[in-house]
Amino acid sequence: MAVWAVHTINGISFGMLLFLLAAGLSLIYGLMKILNLTHGSYYLLAGYIGLSVVRATGSFFLAILAATVAVALLGAAMERFFLRRFHLDELAQTLLTFGFLFMFADLALWIWGGNPQTLPKPAWLSGSVEVGDRVVPLYRFFLIAVGLAVGAFLWWFQEGTRVGAMLRAGVDDEETARALGINVSLLFTLVFALGAFLAALGGVLGGPLLGIYPGADFEVLLLAFVVVIVGGLGSLKGALIGGVLVGLLDNFGKAFFPELAMFTIFVPMAVILAVRPTGLFGRE
Amino acid sequence: MKLVAAAAVLAVLIALPFGLSEYYVSLATRMIILALFAMSLDLLLGYAGLASLGHAAFFGVSAYATALLVLRAEWNPWLSLVAGVALAALTGAVYGLLALRARGTYFLMITLALAQVLWGIAFGWRTMTGGDDGLPNVPRPDVVADTVRFYYFTVLIVGLGALVLFRIVRSPFGYALRGIRESETRMLALGYDAWLYKYLAFVLASAFAGLAGSLYAYYNKFVGIDYLHVVRSAEALLMVILGGAGTLVGPALGAALIVILENVISAYTQRWLLVLGAIYVVVTLLAPRGLVGLVLEKWPRSK
Amino acid sequence: MAALEVSRLAKRYGGVDAVVDVSLTLGQGERRVLIGPNGAGKTTLFHCIAGAQIATSGSVKLFGADITRLPPYARARAGLARTFQITNLFANLSVTENVLLAVAAAQDIGPAMLRPMRAYRSLYDRAAQLLADWGLAERASRTVRHLSYGEQRQLELALATAGSPKLLLLDEPTAGLSAAETARVVSMIHALPRDITLLMIEHDMDVAFELADRITVLHQGRIVAEGDREAIKADAQVAEIYLGVE
Repeated sequence: MAVWAVHTINGISFGMLLFLLAAGLSLIYGLMKILNLTHGSYYLLAGYIGLSVVRATGSFFLAILAATVAVALLGAAMERFFLRRFHLDELAQTLLTFGFLFMFADLALWIWGGNPQTLPKPAWLSGSVEVGDRVVPLYRFFLIAVGLAVGAFLWWFQEGTRVGAMLRAGVDDEETARALGINVSLLFTLVFALGAFLAALGGVLGGPLLGIYPGADFEVLLLAFVVVIVGGLGSLKGALIGGVLVGLLDNFGKAFFPELAMFTIFVPMAVILAVRPTGLFGRE
Repeated sequence: MKLVAAAAVLAVLIALPFGLSEYYVSLATRMIILALFAMSLDLLLGYAGLASLGHAAFFGVSAYATALLVLRAEWNPWLSLVAGVALAALTGAVYGLLALRARGTYFLMITLALAQVLWGIAFGWRTMTGGDDGLPNVPRPDVVADTVRFYYFTVLIVGLGALVLFRIVRSPFGYALRGIRESETRMLALGYDAWLYKYLAFVLASAFAGLAGSLYAYYNKFVGIDYLHVVRSAEALLMVILGGAGTLVGPALGAALIVILENVISAYTQRWLLVLGAIYVVVTLLAPRGLVGLVLEKWPRSK
Repeated sequence: MAALEVSRLAKRYGGVDAVVDVSLTLGQGERRVLIGPNGAGKTTLFHCIAGAQIATSGSVKLFGADITRLPPYARARAGLARTFQITNLFANLSVTENVLLAVAAAQDIGPAMLRPMRAYRSLYDRAAQLLADWGLAERASRTVRHLSYGEQRQLELALATAGSPKLLLLDEPTAGLSAAETARVVSMIHALPRDITLLMIEHDMDVAFELADRITVLHQGRIVAEGDREAIKADAQVAEIYLGVE
């Protein structure tokens, strides 16, 4: 019984990390129709930056702040100076973000080296919680809490604000938006930065759990893709439910069928594609 | 005119080993194999208009199958080659069913995800694939074991493959693919079952990619997870874009260019990936239709 | 047998009833024009007949064959052809290549991979004939992107008629054309063989009245009037709809 509970908690906490990534990806796509492949890099860079900050200052909080702000700015710069030029040219935008993915991967390798690292948890989150006869790191509950908090914020943002309404309406209403006085260019940059911020948050928070290492960007990108394929690209609900689903499947899969780890990702993806290609909550 | 050019190219290819050292013959071999890989992707991207980020899946599946059959099951290397291609085509048949359920961005994501899954399987299944150590000592077929003979063998096989591809793109099927690329709704309204054409293109492209993969396995005498990695897919995509999608010739040239670049850059620095990414960015910013596109703009074809 | 029989067709999406209980019957060779103010449901009805959308309920029969749920390409094979309101051509291919694709479909060539297109002489002959019929022979090797708008509309018609369709659906064929170009297209439509049945959406009332045998008026998803030119001109309700909308 406790074993199931532990796996469930692990799965959901991992799922929350995936949610952060998928939400960022979905947000950017939903408004700008850009598939941001650099998303994996944002995760990785944030992890490394957070690591450096923790090593320099000892503060986990500062690490989160520095990493997320830095990466958000990076994202804003990318959008402003590169992606904007190819407005509505999907392939060009995809290729650009693809190019940046490789550049950042190599830069990270260059700067931080090839050894896998872990971000040290702050003392107050290093404890454990007893679940039956098992023990679960407190950190995992922290992740779940953060995930839910971010989810709630994003939900409010999407449903309760004018900007959110714009996001929901999507790119087609650009003309109307401009007519309403919304600065669409600024909005695009801000939303892109927000997406990057979320990926970065995932990167720093994921550091203690999953480690930071070359290749994490590609692995995390794959998982984010699976989540949006399952949950539906452009849907916040999809990102959350998809994230939790994939997190649970991944955890239970690794626990019970360790050699078939990849299949636990492949199968839900294949099933969704066969049955409902736009994802559980996707539109189109 | 085109026939003259083709004959000239063939002449150069045949004469090559007489003028160059083994190192360069080997390099040329690599260029030619990857040219096939790039051309197979061009069928998908340049002709059918399907941008795939996971083409390495078929390259790698065929390579691994061929290597495993030769090493573990001690099959005849020719049969292993054919079996590899068959498996790549089968993978394409399955992946095509899944990926073509979606279009545009979703399609892109799915192709990447599907290829990454294979990479993950290869990485994790150490007992079968050797994990990140890979499969060393893959023996070439005896009769083409040395560098020069293998080179001619490659020229022959890739040449034949290229001929078939050229045939395909000039056929009604090839025309239809271009129509689908230009306007799928129009094609549907005319009575074409667009899905079927895209699917056939997908499977064909995967078969040719597989052929390239197995050739590469014999060329390298080694198969590793880099065969399946997204970087491999990215290089192929860049070759197509750099050379000019939708021309077959362009991607082949793009392949040669990328191989040369990689060779030169890797001699000075380990930062090939950084350069690759930078090239992507620069090419997208400057020349979206690729080098062949630039050439065509100056000398427009009349039909 | 009716060329086209639409029976109690309804289309609902996103909570909106775009088309409600529409029935119409076209005899073979008839020229029917659909008119109505914006948002009347003409396009939706058109799409349900063409296959771009599937009706929520009701049926569509083409010469007795039920095509209600068929995908667009299956309807094309059954003898239905359409043009697009926003020009939908193969922009980066040449005019000849555009027509070849239409003709290859009509002659059921299928995904043939082994012989080059050039080997199919009959396709080229038919294509040349079509281009001549539609006045595009001079433009044969031009890339479609470089054609004038009027020429592109002509090509649209050429593609749609390539397969000698039984039913031709024309979506605002004169939209965006100059007076001269409009006249040209109208005469081309007039010149279409009488065994082709025509269903058109038109906003230009003069064109509608000139081409139509019968006119169907749609308003808010329903048919409010149907009849020949005189009947519609005299219809008070129709006048009100148009005057009211103005």
